[in-house]
Amino acid sequence: MTGLLEAYFPIVVFIAIAGVIALAMVVSSLLIARQKPYPEKLTAYECGFEAFDDARGRFDVRFYLVAILFIIFDLEVAFLFPWAVSLGDIGMFGFLSMMGFLGVLTVGFIYEWCKGALEWE
Amino acid sequence: MIAAIAFYVFAIILLFCAARVVTSRNPVHSVLYLILAFFNASALFVLAGAEFLAMTLVIVYVGAVAVLFLFVVMMLDINFAQLREGYQRYLPVGLAVGLVLLVELAMVLLGWQVAPDAMNLRFAPIAAGTQNTVQLGKLIYTDYILIFQVSGLILLVAMIGAIVLTLRDRGVSRKQNIAAQLGRMPANTLVMMDVRTGAGIGELGILRPEVAEPAAAAQDDHHHGAPGAGGHH
Repeated sequence: MTGLLEAYFPIVVFIAIAGVIALAMVVSSLLIARQKPYPEKLTAYECGFEAFDDARGRFDVRFYLVAILFIIFDLEVAFLFPWAVSLGDIGMFGFLSMMGFLGVLTVGFIYEWCKGALEWE
Repeated sequence: MIAAIAFYVFAIILLFCAARVVTSRNPVHSVLYLILAFFNASALFVLAGAEFLAMTLVIVYVGAVAVLFLFVVMMLDINFAQLREGYQRYLPVGLAVGLVLLVELAMVLLGWQVAPDAMNLRFAPIAAGTQNTVQLGKLIYTDYILIFQVSGLILLVAMIGAIVLTLRDRGVSRKQNIAAQLGRMPANTLVMMDVRTGAGIGELGILRPEVAEPAAAAQDDHHHGAPGAGGHH
């Protein structure tokens, strides 16, 4: 148990370094840079977008489709990891089991390719 | 010692985040608290020695599912004043539904029986010399092959369902048809004319047919018709 946690010590170090760097950037720009706020800085430049506006808006539903297809293939790849590291133990049966799984998803992949779900315009 | 401290820190943050997911007013904040809760649950998995589950939780739930939740929340144009309008009117219905759920939960929990050897299984040691991921792999693809294949079918159904529900052909799709491009023959597109010197092309009747008109109109319509995309010109 302690061996497992010691293996994660470098990650804690990385997170600490990332936090320090992020904090240093924010604080140093606050301390070093000249601060001269005035309302004109917050208005839209010429015909640009409003700087502060409601973020809610209507998206094209195709973004949603892309996200769902991404999740599905993400899960497929997640199943590949334990299979890859244990392939030596599970033998031919395990190999064919995964091939069946991949075959089912490849049917879906061919379907979405032929329907044009992967094309934007 | 360190493991115990880490467990309590992560567990407390997890419970706090879970409570805030339900109670926070702004749905975007709810989703962000949910992401933090996922991270803490993943840290608890690491503490329990289930490293593969921890990484999968981060990759799948934080990387994909939470992003999808944010998408949906940002798509909904929620007006809170409007949302509270029907509070009085829907209160009886909401209470009735809540009561039914409460009764059902009580029925489930009262009939709950802890398996007799559950407490012993909790202490089942991880076999020495093998990793968590390898052990999972040994089980999923052979012993639990039926469940594994069914999960593949569920993913297939989800994929087809998402495509059927959201994909519609817009008709203005300008995709490249390589076979048609390569199959063009000069004889189909070129006409060689013998033009008299000094004669206009109108007299000979070889003006180009005006086929470009409807396509250009459709493109123009598509560009201006997109709601909110144009902005100021």
